[in-house]
Amino acid sequence: MKTLTIQKTALTGNYAVAYATKMAKPHVIAAYPITPQTSIVEKLAEFVEKGELNTSFVNVESEFAAMSVVYGAAMAGARAFTATSSHGLLYMYEATWWTALSRAPVVMAVVTRTIGPPWNIHVEHNDILTLRDAGWIIAMAETVQETFDLTLQAFRIAESAALPTAVGVDGFVLSHSTEPVEMPPQEVVDKYLPPRRPDVPMLLRPGEPVTFGNLPSDNKIHARHKVAAVYEAQQEAKKVISQADEEYGRLTGRRYGGLVEWYRAGDAKHIVVCAGAWCSDAKHAVDYLRARGVPVGLMRIRFVRPFPREEVAKLDQYETAVVYDRDITPMGGILGLEVKAALSRARVVNIVAGIAGVDFDSRHFYETIQNAIDGGYRDLVFVV
Amino acid sequence: MSFRIDQLPKKKYVVPGNAACAGCGMMIGLKILGMALGEEAVLSIPASCAAVVQGLTPKSGVAMPILNVPFASAAAVATGIAEAYRMLGVKGHAVVWAGDGGTADIGFGTVSGAAERNSNIIYVMYDNEAYMNTGIQRSSSTPRAAWTTTTPTGKHERKKDVALLMAMHGVPYVATASIAYPQDFYRKLKRASEIQGFKFIHLHAPCPPGWRYDPAKTVEIAKLAVETGAWILWEYDNGQLKLNPPSTVYVDRAKRKPLKEYLKLQGRFAHLTDNDVKMLEEEIEAKWQTVLALAKAFPQRL
Repeated sequence: MKTLTIQKTALTGNYAVAYATKMAKPHVIAAYPITPQTSIVEKLAEFVEKGELNTSFVNVESEFAAMSVVYGAAMAGARAFTATSSHGLLYMYEATWWTALSRAPVVMAVVTRTIGPPWNIHVEHNDILTLRDAGWIIAMAETVQETFDLTLQAFRIAESAALPTAVGVDGFVLSHSTEPVEMPPQEVVDKYLPPRRPDVPMLLRPGEPVTFGNLPSDNKIHARHKVAAVYEAQQEAKKVISQADEEYGRLTGRRYGGLVEWYRAGDAKHIVVCAGAWCSDAKHAVDYLRARGVPVGLMRIRFVRPFPREEVAKLDQYETAVVYDRDITPMGGILGLEVKAALSRARVVNIVAGIAGVDFDSRHFYETIQNAIDGGYRDLVFVV
Repeated sequence: MSFRIDQLPKKKYVVPGNAACAGCGMMIGLKILGMALGEEAVLSIPASCAAVVQGLTPKSGVAMPILNVPFASAAAVATGIAEAYRMLGVKGHAVVWAGDGGTADIGFGTVSGAAERNSNIIYVMYDNEAYMNTGIQRSSSTPRAAWTTTTPTGKHERKKDVALLMAMHGVPYVATASIAYPQDFYRKLKRASEIQGFKFIHLHAPCPPGWRYDPAKTVEIAKLAVETGAWILWEYDNGQLKLNPPSTVYVDRAKRKPLKEYLKLQGRFAHLTDNDVKMLEEEIEAKWQTVLALAKAFPQRL
């Protein structure tokens, strides 16, 4: 009998994405460099050159082309992957919307980075969050292990939900930090990821005349398509994500809880809300405050889309929700606004911090959590 | 390769229900594409007249598989389709059917990228020499002096020669073609389909509303473009550049019809003076000298 071995190793976040992608065996990869994403496609190129990965590795001339290539590949029935950051994502923006409204199951790693000017390669979440209205599924990893796991799950989620899926990996904090990672045996991955169905969202084959995307005879056809693709498909994806998490847990022993992860929240009076790598720092702050008798817990948003509305609604049972945003809009933080919109009773304090890569560690977290609980902040505060 | 029109495939790929204008030159090209590659082609069509004239969802007036794609993306999307088919073992050709705006202007980056990568696609740029779908605005492929709504006194710049630019990428196959010479275009599509790598065909396609002429005269005008030497039929096949008939005859300037015969049928050139015409003739002659020099530089091997 063949023994299946779990490989334990140490990887950067970017290499974790590359190894997971390799195990997912995509047919087509589009590659274009941008810091801090570049080492993902470099590692994948190395796998291809060594003969460890049989894929069509397409070096493109822009991020817009990268998204267009994986879009075409996915519409033709292939499993397709690309990766980008910041300005690269903005440059491919039109194609990201077209991909989502076509329900093309593309997987993309977004190594989050500040949007300029000035040029700044450090972490911020504004880039990946520009996908929030486009119909993409958006996951945010906390650790390198979760980066690996989410990347694998993203293929299954994208193909089951027929929606493109982005995996957010905090630039440098995760992408270039080395952590221990467990990789499941290839056989387990193959079991977890069934072959790509070529007829989703449509079968595009020579000799079979079918037209996709021409003008609607009635705008209502288009409107219904939009409701289905942008809203209903996201609701249905919640079940897909939860199943993907459960099945992954059964096969690998690692379950994360689906759309959100709760941390010491059961008996808390106050709750911290955040997404991405800095949630680890926030958890340390929660531990620190707990040790000093402050009844605080944490909800980590793992999926920004579909938005975990049902889970967020539960925050109304807490006195204070302190929502951290590593992004900024003219209305405040994106998560702050979205959480607030789902609540009616809890006091929400939105803390916009860590933008432009400004360091924000566990000490900053416990000081600002404490201050928010004590009523030291109004509903929106910028820590820069 | 020679054949007769009455021996071309009878199956129709442009069918009733399409929304093209009367006398649409591009639609003639699409018919020929259907004849040549109708059962093998999967089309990527960016924003263009070709996106609109397919007819209305959920119906279509073009009996080929079509993926409509963002304006600048077609060459890259087709690359994705071609690579997916290669990996999945599906036989067929990823074909782009795009206008001059979608190719020479907004899509030029993706076209150049696909050419440099030698992506295995057939790219057809149907050239009606302006943004006709949005209502006749100039493109980089609009000829000098032509009226458009954004060049009300005539375009001041010369036409970008996209076919030559593509040939200079060193791709396996580039050709010019005209909707007035269906056998030539058909043969070129067939030839392109035999070649692995990037193929580019630049198809001259008159537009009645955009060029301001009687829709009955589309083929006549396309033919005159070749007979006056304003449009040159040539082919760059694996490093060899040669003229194709009937343009071979018009190397001799004396054999060309006067340019005026081509221009006078078109309202977009109605404002031209005799001096303007003379200037255009000189520009056309300079283009001939360029093409002939390239034919010499990239000779046919014996």
